[in-house]
Formats: sequence, structure tokens, C-alpha cells
Amino acid sequence: MAHKLKTVRNKWLGLAIGALIVVALMASSVVYGLTSITWSTALNAFTQFDGSNEHIIIIDNRVPRALIGAAVGASLAVAGALMQAITRNPLASPSILGVNAGASFAIVVAVTFFSVTSLAAFSWLAFLGAAVASLIVYVLGTLGREGLTPMKLTLAGAAIAAMFSSLTQGMLVLNEKALEDVLFWLAGSIEGRSLDMLGAVIPYIAIGLVGAVFISKKINTLVMGEDVAKGLGQRTLFVKAGAALLIVLLAGGSVAVAGPIALVGIVVPHLARFFTGSDYRWIIPYSAILGAILLLSADIAARYVIMPLEAPVGVLTAVIGTPFFVYIARREFNQL
Amino acid sequence: MTKYTSFRMKTLSFLLDRRAILIIVSLIGAVILTALISIGIGEIFIKPDAVVKALFGYGTDMNELVVKQFRFPRIAMAILAGGALAVSGAILQGMIRNPLASPDILGITWGGALATIGFLTVFSDKANALTVSIQWQPLASFIGAVLAGFLVFILSWKNGISPIRLVLIGIGLTAVLQALTTLLMIIGPIYRASDANIWITGSVHGTNGQDVLTLLPWVVVLLILLMVYSRRVNLQELGDDVAKGAGAMLLRDRITLLFISTGLAGGAVAFAGGVGFVGLMAPHIARKLVGSSFGVLVPVSALVGSMLVMIADLIGRTLFSPLEVPAGVFTAAIGAPYFIYLLYRSRNK
Repeated sequence: MAHKLKTVRNKWLGLAIGALIVVALMASSVVYGLTSITWSTALNAFTQFDGSNEHIIIIDNRVPRALIGAAVGASLAVAGALMQAITRNPLASPSILGVNAGASFAIVVAVTFFSVTSLAAFSWLAFLGAAVASLIVYVLGTLGREGLTPMKLTLAGAAIAAMFSSLTQGMLVLNEKALEDVLFWLAGSIEGRSLDMLGAVIPYIAIGLVGAVFISKKINTLVMGEDVAKGLGQRTLFVKAGAALLIVLLAGGSVAVAGPIALVGIVVPHLARFFTGSDYRWIIPYSAILGAILLLSADIAARYVIMPLEAPVGVLTAVIGTPFFVYIARREFNQL
Repeated sequence: MTKYTSFRMKTLSFLLDRRAILIIVSLIGAVILTALISIGIGEIFIKPDAVVKALFGYGTDMNELVVKQFRFPRIAMAILAGGALAVSGAILQGMIRNPLASPDILGITWGGALATIGFLTVFSDKANALTVSIQWQPLASFIGAVLAGFLVFILSWKNGISPIRLVLIGIGLTAVLQALTTLLMIIGPIYRASDANIWITGSVHGTNGQDVLTLLPWVVVLLILLMVYSRRVNLQELGDDVAKGAGAMLLRDRITLLFISTGLAGGAVAFAGGVGFVGLMAPHIARKLVGSSFGVLVPVSALVGSMLVMIADLIGRTLFSPLEVPAGVFTAAIGAPYFIYLLYRSRNK
């Protein structure tokens, strides 16, 4: 596919513009919403906090929300890019391959059976669930003589996702109070999360993002094919395991904060490829920036679609992402 | 060929496998026996012979009320819905030639779920009371399920239907249907979300006789249609090239079969909700019993599916009594590990 930004200079420029857009969207995220706030009030909340309603909303609600939106968007997108690379499947993403469902399942089990409420525990549970789900899906997808085929992997992912979500569903039927607690979280939302929640997972997300940038050169070799990579002296198992660990950190971390947000991980890497071509050293940072942009804009839009209520941002990303998913599926799977 | 007895008519001909007939007859016996026992078990225990008496109108008034009004419709629904889902899965697996295909994955269940919660939301007044009769809910669910099935079908159309595109697009559509369902659950009051959640999990609780009589003819007609078509599924299982070479009209057959499969699954979820994994499990168990010749696979799958849902329902209403657990929880609890086992077993195919 012909990509848009050909020279290195233009790619850096694009990245810088993207970063500026992220900052602008984060600022808009603070200002727009049910309680509209003027730009000067927003600025005052930081420089001379006076304890008024607006200032409290800004500091306790809007600012964490903007930061979480950027972090979650970036990590889901990068997780998706890594997954598409190591599985060589254009439709791989944390939501399609059941990783998000596994993380949600772990958290709902903890909430219903063990009344866990601690944030640190949430993130560890999400990591555990994400890791178990990805392991099962990957093992099931690679079994057999043909090895890893997109069809097998996607079906295994969909089935594991279906399994975890029906078990989650079943627990919620038995426990109506828990349903009330987790329903909004289950739809995927970054509203009403405190900074502490982000603080609990930000180290892992940071490791995941930085690690993805470091591993990107090795990923470039890996996507040429397992045999080629081995021929070039790469220990492919080592690289794949590293990438899998990063995926678990990124996807698990974002599910712990925001719940399972659908289809960001699938759309964004394709957009990134549209701008940069197939070099993962560029795809990874572009995915991070574009993921943040997508999630922040979807979150701002989510405040307006069913005003005065708020739609969970996961609903919006699903609605935006599905046509894209269908398009990719139709384009990439042409054979009868 | 002494294993088979042939059966020929003008437009219809098939070989009957004697072993398969034996299995079908014993499965029918098992389904009837389980149904009698299941009807008897509950808050009031009724012996199987008393159940038979009550069913034919010779029991005590009390027994007749319990059996005819409450338990029999419920068990009958479990049998119908289980059978319909199982056959729907058998068709899809034969056509897509992948053991993991099932109506759950094609978005049919979630289409029904969205329509159900949409129905509850649209037809509620300000005090959240329904403005139309709840009897229309199965119709709404059915329309939703069938529409979702056809949408998947249309979106995967590109010079014909490719099984892999069908599955992938089903998965994609499921994501958006799930998201919209959650959105409607959040907008409404929590008890509505809870009702919808029970529907999504799948339960035959609260079925009445009218429901059974509505679903029965639909399922029977589709099953008969399918039996006529069963040879064509056998052909499709050999692969597209072989099927074409043998003169199959692939496209027309696929459309008809998809219609039957969607219709059956849609009918089942309309009344029983999204009872999961039955459409996946039952055809596999059936294939173990009688092999993959479609003519016998269909009735055996149907009977196995009926057993599964009936047993799941029995466990659901007795194990945690007085709490009722939807049958779908148990079909998923058995189905999911079974599914992993299947994936493991089929690794070299």
C-alpha cells in the first residue's frame, strides 16, 4: 500500500503534529462536557485553585480523564500493532483475540466472589486474566500442522472471548449488585476514574510503550517470516515472548483502568501503516499517538451523543471500528 | 453395504444407517425419560408415573396444574430451543467446514439481544412501565436475530460467500451489537439491565404453552426443509472445488442453508435467549455418535441439543434452589472447557 509520509523528515514532522493534536484534544477534553467550562477557568484551576465547583470538576474529574484517555488509547493501539505483527494477522487486536474479555473476567470474579476493591489488586488481576487468555488463544491458534493461520487464531480468539463473556454474564445474573457496580466499567469507559487508578498502572503501561519502541527493530525482522528471521540469526521465540509480555502489560493495564474498550487496537495500527508504511520503528510511535487521538476524540463525542447522560466510550469506538473491521476483513480475505 | 438400508422416493432418497437408527431411537427414549423426570423435580416432587397421568389428564388437580401450566411448557421449550440451536450449528459447521463455527459466533444471538433490550427501552413510558404487551418481545428478538444473521451475510458478500469472511464479519458485527446492547442497558433502570442480562445468558424460565405452540411449527417446517437439503450439505463438506465439480449450485445452496440456520437459531433465541455453546457442542457430540453424514447428523444433533438444554435447565433450577440460575450459565460452563478440548483434539485437521 502506498503510504503518505515518505521521507524521515516528514515522518518526524507528522509525529510532532500528532503530539500537538493530542495536547489540544486533552485540553478540549478538560473544557467540553455537560458542565461547560471556559478556557480561563480551566487555566485558573491550576494556577489559583479556589475550591469552586468548576475547579473541583476540572481537577478531580476532567484532568484525570484526559490523561487516562491518552494513556489507554496509546497502549491499546500499540498492543494491537504488536499483536498484528507477531500473529501476522491483520485482524488481531486485544478485543478480537479475547485478551480484554479475559481481563474483565478476572476482575468480575474478584469483585463478585472476593469483594476485591483495591486498585492495585485490580491491575494485577487484569494482567493475570489478560495473560491467561492470550496464552490459551495463542496455544490453540498455533496447534496443528499448519501452524498459526489467521482463521484458526481468530476463531480461537472469538471463542475464548465468547467463553469468558458468558461466564462473566452468568456471574452478573447471580449478583445484581455487582452488575450495577461493573456494568459501566464493562462497557469500557474512562469517566469517573481517579488519578490513583492511573497511578496504579502507569508504570506497567510506560514499560509496555517504551519496550515496544525498543523491540520494534526486531519486529521488523520477525514480520518477514519466522524462517527468514531465524536465518538472520534472530531468536524468534525470545522476541515473540517479549512482545507477548508487552501486550499483556499494555492490554491488561488499560482494561484495569478503563474496562474492555473495543476495536481501538485494530483500527489504529492500520491507520499508522497508512501514514508510515510497514516499518515498525515508525508504526509503534504513530500507533501510540493516533490511538490517543482516537480515544480522546471518541470520549469527547461520548459526552454529547445521549446528553445529559454519557455513553461509555467503548460503545463509540465499537461503532466507529466495526465498519473498518468489515472493510479489512473484506479486503484481506479475498479468497473464496 | 449391509450396514445400510436404502430408502428411495421420486425426489428424495437416502441410505439409512442401521446403527444410526438405533442411536436415534435410544436418544429419543433418553429425551422422553429425562423430560419426565425433569417435569417431576421441583418445589413439589411428582413421580414420573404421576407426571404421565397428569399430562394425559388423569392426575390430581394439583399435579395437573403444576405439570401442564408450569413445568411442561418449560421443558418443551428447552427441547425445542436446544434442538433448533444444535441443528443451526450443525448446518454452519458443515458449510463452513470448521468445527468452531456456531450461531453464537455469527452475531445471531447478539442481534436478538439488542432487539430485546431495544424493545424494552422503546416501548417503555416515563415510569418505565411497558406500553405494549410483553408477548411481542419474542417477535422483536426474532427479527433482531434474523436481521443480524442477514447483515453478516450481506456484508460478507463479494462475488459469493466465503466461509472465512462470513466468520470474521460475524465476529466484527458481534462487537458493535454487544456495545450497543450495553449502551441501552446503561440508559435504562438497573432492573431492566438485569432482565436483559438474564435474556442474554439464556433461560427457559417463565415459558407458557402459547410460546411452545408458536415455535413448534416454525422449527418443524425448517427441519423438514433441511432434511430435503441434507445431501447438499454432504457435498459442501467435501470442499468448494469438489462440490462444484459434482454439479452443486454452491451459491444457491449456501443461501438456502444460511436461511434455515438463521431461522432456527433466531426462533430459539426469541424465546429462550442466548443459550450459549449448544450450537457448538451438540453437532460434535452427534458426529462422535453417528459420523458426519448429514441426514442422520441432523436428528442426532437436535436430540443431543435438547438433552443439553434440558439438563442445564434442571441443574439451574435445582442446584441453587430457591435461586434460579439461567440455563445458559451451565451450557457455557460445560461448553467452554469442551470447546478447548475440541480445539486441542482437532489440532491436526
